[in-house]
Amino acid sequence: MKKLLLLVLILAMTIGVYAQVSVEFWHAMTGKNGEMVQSVCDKFNASQKDYKVVPVYKGSYSDTMNAGIAAFRAKQAPAIIQVYEVGTATMMAAKGAIKPVYQLMAENNAKFDPKVYIPTITSYYSTSDGKMLSMPFNSSTAVMYYNKDAFHKAGLNPDKPPVTWPEFFDAARKLKASGMEGGFTTNWISWIQLENFSAWHNVPFGTKSNGFDGLDTELVFNSPLHVRHFENLYKLAKEGVFIYGGRENKANPLFISQRVGLHFESIGGYGSMKANCKFNFGVARLPYYPDVPGAPQNSIIGGASLWVFNGKSPAEYKAVTAFFTYISQPEIQAYWHQNTGYLPITNAAYELTKKQGYYKDNPGLEVAIGQLLNKPPTKNSMGIRFGNFNIIREIEDQVWEDILADKISVKDGLDRMVREGNAKLREFERLYK
Amino acid sequence: MAKQYEIKAKWLPYFLVLPQMIIVFIFFFWPSAQAILQSFYLQDPFGGKTIFVGLSNYIALFTNPDSDYLYSFIISIVFALSITLLSMTVSLFLAVQAHKKIHFTTFYKTMLTWPYAVATLVAGVIWLFMFNPNVGVIAWILKHNFGIPWDYLLNFQHAFILLTLAASWKQLAYNFVFFMAGLQSVPETLVEAAIIDGASPIRRFWQIIFGLLAPTTFYLLVMNLVFGFFETFPIVHGITAGGPGKSTSILVYKVWRDGVVNLDLGGSSAQSVILMILVIGLTVLQFRFIERRITY
Repeated sequence: MKKLLLLVLILAMTIGVYAQVSVEFWHAMTGKNGEMVQSVCDKFNASQKDYKVVPVYKGSYSDTMNAGIAAFRAKQAPAIIQVYEVGTATMMAAKGAIKPVYQLMAENNAKFDPKVYIPTITSYYSTSDGKMLSMPFNSSTAVMYYNKDAFHKAGLNPDKPPVTWPEFFDAARKLKASGMEGGFTTNWISWIQLENFSAWHNVPFGTKSNGFDGLDTELVFNSPLHVRHFENLYKLAKEGVFIYGGRENKANPLFISQRVGLHFESIGGYGSMKANCKFNFGVARLPYYPDVPGAPQNSIIGGASLWVFNGKSPAEYKAVTAFFTYISQPEIQAYWHQNTGYLPITNAAYELTKKQGYYKDNPGLEVAIGQLLNKPPTKNSMGIRFGNFNIIREIEDQVWEDILADKISVKDGLDRMVREGNAKLREFERLYK
Repeated sequence: MAKQYEIKAKWLPYFLVLPQMIIVFIFFFWPSAQAILQSFYLQDPFGGKTIFVGLSNYIALFTNPDSDYLYSFIISIVFALSITLLSMTVSLFLAVQAHKKIHFTTFYKTMLTWPYAVATLVAGVIWLFMFNPNVGVIAWILKHNFGIPWDYLLNFQHAFILLTLAASWKQLAYNFVFFMAGLQSVPETLVEAAIIDGASPIRRFWQIIFGLLAPTTFYLLVMNLVFGFFETFPIVHGITAGGPGKSTSILVYKVWRDGVVNLDLGGSSAQSVILMILVIGLTVLQFRFIERRITY
C-alpha cells in the first residue's frame, strides 16, 4: 500500500513536471539590467505553475540578434528574443520568421488592449494601422544631463537649465570660460542629434512618415534646419566647446569626470550616472530652436522590444502570451521602470510610480516621460522605421567624424549620409518588395 | 636509407586521411562554397528571400564611390607592413641584447616573452585604457605635460600609430622567441673566427649572424604579414572600431562588420571571396618563388 502510494506520488510529480511548458527568452541585458530580467522572469515563474520562462543572455544586441537569426535558420529558435530598435525593420520584413504580437494575443484569447500602452512607445513597434508587432520591453529616450555644481561655478542658474539651443550654446561657452576643459558632449549622434532632433522639431527624418508607410522611403535629414544644427555643433567643436567623445555611449566619461558640464545621453543611463557622478547633476529636456514652428513636439524612443518566433507549438505560444500579459501589469512595469531607469510602457505603471512618490527622489525619470508625452505623436515623431538601419547609423557616425576632422564640409557631409543611406534603403526595398 | 614498406590494403591510406579530409571539408570547403554562392545573391538574413544579383555585389565594392573598398585594401597593406617592420626590428634588437652575456638574462627573456600569453583583444584593451583621450593616463600626460592634443577618435595619424603600436607589441614576444632560438643556433666558432679576423661587432652582426638568421627572418616575415593582415581584427575592434570615419577599417574588420553586425550577407561574402583569392595567391607566391631561395 505504501509502495503504491509512493508510485502514485512519483507519477503525479512527473506529470506535474512534464506538464510545465518551458520557453527560452534570449536577451542582451548585462549588469543591473540583466539581474532585473532574471528577477522579472523569476517572479513570473513563481506566480503560476503551468509555464516557465528561461532567460538566456546572448551577448550584445547585435550578437543576440545574430544568434536568433542563426538559430532560426537551424530551426532551433527561442520563443522570445529581444531585438534593438534598429533591428525593427529587419524583423518586420522577415514575415515568415516572426509571429506578430497582436496575432499571438488574439489567437490565445488574451485580454489585450493596445490602448493601455503609451502611444509613443507602442507606435514604434506597430504597423501604420496600429497593429502591434512586437512587445515593447526596455524603452528609453534621449535627454540632456547637466552638472549643477559646474553651473553654479559658471554663474548659471542650476535650477534653470537651458531650454533652447541658443541658450544651450551660451551656457556651454560659459562653462568652458569658467575653467572646464569644454562645454558639452553627446552620445549617439544619429539617435540623439538627428532622429530625436527631427522628431522634437516635428520635421521629417525620412519620407513616408519616417518609413512607416512604405519601403520606398527616403532619408531627408539634410534639410536647412539639420545643416544649421550641425554647423553649430561643428563651430563649437572648433571653439573647443564641444568635445567629441566617440561613438555610441563612449562620451560618458567626459561628463562623469567633469571635463564638460553638459551632455546628451539616454535616460536608460540614469542609473549609471547616479552611481558614478561625484557631483550634483540634473536631467532636462532636449533643447530646441525657438523659431521652428511646432517645436518642441515629442521625443522618440530607443531601446529594444520582444519578438516572438514563428513555428512554435500552441502550448509554447500560450506560455509567451501569459508572460507578455504578466509583464504588462502596472506593478511589474513599475518595478522594472524604477529599478532599471527604462520607461514604463503603460500609462497605469506611470501613474502608479507617481503615486508611490518615486519621482520626488528621481525627477529625471519624469522629465523623460514628460518629454515623450509632450504632444500626441505626429507622422514625424511616431518613431523611425528603416531597413538596414544599423549600417545607416554607422555611415552617419563615420561621416560625422570626417566632418569634425575637416575631411568634408557639414553640408556635403549630411548630403553624403543621406545619399549613402538611401542606397542602403534601396537595397532593402529591392529585397523585400 | 630507411626501409620502405608497401601497404597491402589499397583502402588503408584513404581511410587514414579520411578524418583530416572530413575536417577540411566541413570547416573549409563547405563554408567557402557557401560564401562563393552567397556572394551572388541579395539575401534576407533569415533565409526567407534571396534574389540573384550576379556580380553586382562585387561591382559595388569597386565602383561605388562611397564604398571605400580600395582604400580599405591599401590601409590593410600599409598596416601589415608597418607592424611587420616595427615588430621585427625591435624584437631582433631585443633578442640580440638579451643574447649577450649579461646578468639576469633569464629575467629579461621571461619579461619579453610573456606578452605572448595576452589575448589579442586584451592587448587592444590595455592600450585603449592607456591612450583613450577620455580616460587614458598616457593621453592625459601627452596633453597636459607635452601639449600634444592626442585624440585618436578624430585624428587618423594618432589612430594608426596607436593600432600599430598595440599590434606590434602583441607580436613582439612571438618574434623575440624565434629570434632567440635563431641566435642560439648560430655557431660560436664562426663568430669567434670573425673576431680573430678583426671584424667589427657591426660587421659581425650583418655579415654572419644576420645572414644565418635568414630562414628565421623569412619565416617571421611571412607570419607577421599574415598576423598584420588577418589577425589584427580584435585590436581594431577593441580600439578604433574602424574609425575615425572609415580610416582604419581594414579588410578583415570590414568583412565582419558588414556581415555580422550589418547583416549584409551578400556584400560580406563577396569581400570574403576576394580575401580568399588573395590568400591563395599569396600562398602560391610563397611556395613557388620565395621559399626556394631560402635554405633552412
